[in-house]
Amino acid sequence: MNEQQQTLWDFMRQQSDKLWEQTIQHIGLTFISLFIAVLIGLPLGIFITRRKQFSGAILGIAGVLQTIPSIALLGFMIPVLGIGAKPAIAALLLYALLPIIRNTYTGIIGVDAAVKEAAVAMGMSKWQVLVKVELPLAMPVIFAGIRTATVITVGVATLASYIAAGGLGEFIFGGISLNNTNMILAGAIPAALLAILFDFLLSRLQKLNIQKLKTAAATLPLLLILLSSFYFLPDAYGTKLKAGFTPEFMGRQDGNVGLQSKYGLKIHTVVISDAVMYKAAYEKQLDVISGYSTDGRLKAYGLVILDDDKHIFPPYYAALIIREDALKKFPELEKTLNLLSGKINDSIMTALNYKTDYLHQSPERVAKDFLVSNKLWKPEQSGSDGMVRIGSKIFGEQYILANIYSMLIKGYTNYGVATKTGLGGTKICFDALTNNQIDFYPEYTGTGLLAILHPSPKTIDSLTPSPDATYNYVRDEFKKKYNIKWLKPIGFNNSYALMMRRSQAKELNIKTILNLKRYLESR
Amino acid sequence: MIKVEHLSKHFGKIKAVDGISFQVQEHENLILLGTSGCGKTTTLKMINRLIEPSAGKIAIDGKNIFDQSPEVLRRGIGYVLQNNGLFPHYTVAENISVVPQLLKWDKKRTEKRVEELLEKLHLSKDCLHVYPNELSGGQQQRVGLARALVADPPVLLMDEPFGALDNVTRAKIHVEFKALDELKRKTIIMVTHDVQEAFELGDRICLMDKGKIVQCGTPSELLFNPHNNFVKGFLAHQRLQLEFKTIRLRDIWKWLPPQLSKGGAFDLSWDVILWDVLEQFKFNASETVNITNKENKEEKSASFEQLMSAFYQYKKQEAHE
Repeated sequence: MNEQQQTLWDFMRQQSDKLWEQTIQHIGLTFISLFIAVLIGLPLGIFITRRKQFSGAILGIAGVLQTIPSIALLGFMIPVLGIGAKPAIAALLLYALLPIIRNTYTGIIGVDAAVKEAAVAMGMSKWQVLVKVELPLAMPVIFAGIRTATVITVGVATLASYIAAGGLGEFIFGGISLNNTNMILAGAIPAALLAILFDFLLSRLQKLNIQKLKTAAATLPLLLILLSSFYFLPDAYGTKLKAGFTPEFMGRQDGNVGLQSKYGLKIHTVVISDAVMYKAAYEKQLDVISGYSTDGRLKAYGLVILDDDKHIFPPYYAALIIREDALKKFPELEKTLNLLSGKINDSIMTALNYKTDYLHQSPERVAKDFLVSNKLWKPEQSGSDGMVRIGSKIFGEQYILANIYSMLIKGYTNYGVATKTGLGGTKICFDALTNNQIDFYPEYTGTGLLAILHPSPKTIDSLTPSPDATYNYVRDEFKKKYNIKWLKPIGFNNSYALMMRRSQAKELNIKTILNLKRYLESR
Repeated sequence: MIKVEHLSKHFGKIKAVDGISFQVQEHENLILLGTSGCGKTTTLKMINRLIEPSAGKIAIDGKNIFDQSPEVLRRGIGYVLQNNGLFPHYTVAENISVVPQLLKWDKKRTEKRVEELLEKLHLSKDCLHVYPNELSGGQQQRVGLARALVADPPVLLMDEPFGALDNVTRAKIHVEFKALDELKRKTIIMVTHDVQEAFELGDRICLMDKGKIVQCGTPSELLFNPHNNFVKGFLAHQRLQLEFKTIRLRDIWKWLPPQLSKGGAFDLSWDVILWDVLEQFKFNASETVNITNKENKEEKSASFEQLMSAFYQYKKQEAHE
């Protein structure tokens, strides 16, 4: 435990620049959104107290917005607002809107009718009644709404890193993909502390008596503006092209780290989720992205892979990894799973991915079509001999594989199947496997090597040129360390790759990473 | 003078106020009396346009109230609510200064006026900087009255002003209310459902039912010349007490024995109501009282029995008229 804390502390010290930057971005992002949400929500809340017939509709819409999953909302924003700060702020403010509107409405409606009547009867104008009586008396309730909105926004703002808006989510999601607990904690702990801190401060503000609240209400907008100004995208070095890399790619030896150390590539980079990265490249929000070589969206969005002159991206054989005790528990399993080995090469996998990613066929259908055309499909058996649990990561290829294996097991054995698809990243999948939550999932040799085993740089350098050497190394080490077996490779190789739009690459005459570097450095 | 003509207010199909007309003379205290839902509060609120009438005319001092903006109109009319309606986020001083602020008085003038009112309403200066919730109910109601009186409006509207108070506090405030010189120069319309209060404070009473005025007149007119059984029934419950409170010694003067007895313990003016005389008998063992006729300085004495006999003869005569 002590050692663990030490290393977390070390990590935070080592990355303190980045940590500060992300924290400041996070605060800024939170309060810009909050500020705009107050600017919109407060008048809207007041409006529906005056025109009650609209209250149902407006509160309803704000409520529906609240229930849209955050990632989906961010996804909707991309076609309209692109990537980066704008869509993130828009999404965050939509989440903050409901508590602010609702509490403004409830607060004003809740003001004692006799007091309101007295104010009118004294001869106050409508505006005077609002400013002198209704708002001051509703202020504690309105503050409570802003407080709720703040805590929600601090939390949801971690997701802003998905669409290149920065914030503490970069560490959290980077850490999850890289199986780096310290990195996750370095993002999660400050985010939690921010939420607690702001909640506490606002609770103090809320408890002030009505008299002092006047001053508090006056300082709040100033404070919001001040904190909002924290946010500035570190555009320190803009380059001709803009790159968007996944949090995982950012931290990997065979990713951005290698690009910088081996190629010396300097490009303006934002962190973005792979779920929206391809689309952002297609829509010219990004020029260079870090994709997977078998991804169907490559084909769908007209992207082209840049040649890796210096071989920094090791080949990633895809293969199942499975716990030894699961193999003992289900004796038929290994034979069944190996039915697929060598059956799917790169181009088949890309084609399958294309079907799901671009043609929007369901993974089940793609899986069944594939099995039928390869004469591997058999109707389901009873499924009474226990339950095999399949895991998959959260992208299309893994969904297809999980479905294929599920159908194979059901067809060839008497085992039942439970699938746990969409596990967020390498760490989540691997932890689920070692903790006996799932029995197997498809993994890639390169990921196993770099994200799970973390061998010395020397070992990595000696292994990566040879796919077979890598496979043998991870197979032996996994057996030794975790009692987990690598089955035979499935046949395709999904490695990292840098990609650009085909048209732009052609126009700039960029075919390799060295071409890209030369172009960036020219003039 | 307030003149109300054919005033109506309809809420959907319900006629809350149905074509009523009445007048309030200058410096008169008119009571709108009736049970809940009779339309008395609606009527009151139409006079300062808290409620806009469906039809009818209202004029104050000959000026149509619908010709001016409601805000300006209201700043010239004092308004006292049942639950005082004090602003909980303002101190007592700030509460009283609301209207002067709206009228843009300078600070000194406001302060002076606030202090003057506090004194008249028997509120201590320590109250100035506390919040309404730190005051007792009676004190809150006094602050509410001060707030209505501060700009010295000629007209005062009161919506069940003492309704939320306990009997003891209410009786005390009634006494102060009658003694307050500020109120003597006001034209007042007060809403109440309390018959005793109406008889005690009102110069004239408008008894309302189902949105209409059943009878409008002085307390003794209502008591001794009821227009119909509704009026009679409305007052029947506390009739004796009301009569004692309505009848003054001058009313029964001619039935009192003519001679002056030596034993009269104390002297009374003939303006005193019978109720107060009887109260005197309660506290004083003496058998007779001396009464002075204000007009010709003639004096008479009467015992309890003689007063009662005169009272019954007066009633008999009223009933014959």
